[in-house]
Amino acid sequence: MSDGVVLDGLVKTWRGPSGPIRAVDGIDVGIAPGETVALLGPNGAGKSTTIDLLLGLARPDAGAVTVFGRPPTAAVDDGLVGAMLQTGQLIRDLSVRELVAMFASLYPQPLPVDEAIELAGLEPLADQRTQKLSGGETQRTRFALALVTDPELLVLDEPTVAMDVESRHAFWSAMRELSSRGKTILFATHYLDEADTNADRIVVMAHGRVVVDGPPTAVKARVGTRTIRATLPDAAEAELTALPGVNGVALHGDAVTLVCADSDAALRALLERYPAARDLEVAGAGLEEAFLELTREQ
Amino acid sequence: MSGAAYLRFELRRTFRNRRFLFFSLGFPIALYFLIAGPNRGELNFGDSGISAPLYYMVALAGFGTMMGMVSTGTRIAGERQVGWTRQLRVTPLSSSAYLRAKILTAYALAAVSIAALYLAGAALGVSIAPGRWVEMTLLIAVALLPFAALGIFLGHLLNVDAIGPATGGTVTILAFIGGTWFPVTSGVLHAVGQCVPSYWLVQAAHVALGGGAWGPEGWGVVMGWTAALAAAARWAYRRDTARA
Repeated sequence: MSDGVVLDGLVKTWRGPSGPIRAVDGIDVGIAPGETVALLGPNGAGKSTTIDLLLGLARPDAGAVTVFGRPPTAAVDDGLVGAMLQTGQLIRDLSVRELVAMFASLYPQPLPVDEAIELAGLEPLADQRTQKLSGGETQRTRFALALVTDPELLVLDEPTVAMDVESRHAFWSAMRELSSRGKTILFATHYLDEADTNADRIVVMAHGRVVVDGPPTAVKARVGTRTIRATLPDAAEAELTALPGVNGVALHGDAVTLVCADSDAALRALLERYPAARDLEVAGAGLEEAFLELTREQ
Repeated sequence: MSGAAYLRFELRRTFRNRRFLFFSLGFPIALYFLIAGPNRGELNFGDSGISAPLYYMVALAGFGTMMGMVSTGTRIAGERQVGWTRQLRVTPLSSSAYLRAKILTAYALAAVSIAALYLAGAALGVSIAPGRWVEMTLLIAVALLPFAALGIFLGHLLNVDAIGPATGGTVTILAFIGGTWFPVTSGVLHAVGQCVPSYWLVQAAHVALGGGAWGPEGWGVVMGWTAALAAAARWAYRRDTARA
């Protein structure tokens, strides 16, 4: 179990309607056992393809994947991997409890069915048929399926989509519980606050590549820590970008957003160069801005 | 790990789908009474050498079970569409345990369908020695093997929209060529019919009269189709890992 997950030089090209699409374009990521890693990126960044490769659902054109020192399919066959994939419906004509029990039966050392149902907050729905669940309840059931397998590595592709706030909260506290038991967790998300709050490490992807890989604080430090917003008619993007301390610029009509590594220097230079700037706002940048900045560069 | 538990849940949810059961079991029975009922006095039906009620009992049991077997494909296509098949692939459930459960569930449905048709046949005066019932049933079960493979092949090849017309059309044509609706004893249709497994499915009725219903030719055709469609099913299953 010492190896964790190793993605080594992965490349994957899909056939698209208008020619080949290089979904994953040379990815190197290692995940240590017990680590919780967020795979963060916009739609089309290659997150789901990376997960397919990691789970053995697709084969890389180049590079290799190992999961706990073996090929992904072997890790899956050995019951080391639990996954919650993106496509989100369930088979019908079974109750929630039966479906969870069926999943448990496939794994060598599952959690007790009732424990998984409780962790996912599904007790009131346990005897409900799966076709009668709402979107959020379905998602929680899929979460219970992933939990009951009690794997060494849990892979979750945008797990909290369609969950309400309460479910989301329950979900992350269950994740922290698993993490504290030493499980390795990889989740893909474009909810930036989730990656920030719940991951030990964030791997930011854009256009099939890893743009940044590090702890949330490092991801934020890598681009600006603050943004400046201003109303500024007739500003040129190139000039704004050239201002000291500015890492990135977004223009929407007269509204300007500057992502800054050094907002003090940037603000001084901005007012000197554009005395007409008004409605000035300086704000601490969350991961959202960092993320926009990082992925825009590509 | 445990394919047995997976099979148990597959059976449970298949037999819980009442509408599906009603139509897949009900149609062959209704057709049987409609077609065989008026001809119940025919003792040498269309020169086939067997009575109309017996002929149609086996023919419609064959039709119903053919439908039942390929309807596995419809369920598989549905499971693929919602991403369930991919979800199962990232569990330790082996491909063989998965396919075995699908085939055995289809056979369980077929068994119910056959039993219902036998009861209907008995109601129209079909009377055969007990040993012959068993022999006939086993022969039907063997003749269904290619259809089990066909269901899996189509289910992993086609999407939900295409699967209905594809399975319905295939079974209708095979049933027609194979002599489900009327005995085919000569001509081009007979020559063609002998090459398809549905013909031999209907021919299982002949064991009721004693003697082997299938010669080497029958076994050859059924086994040949089984081998070809099993290979096709394996191919379709393997290539089908992409997101639906």
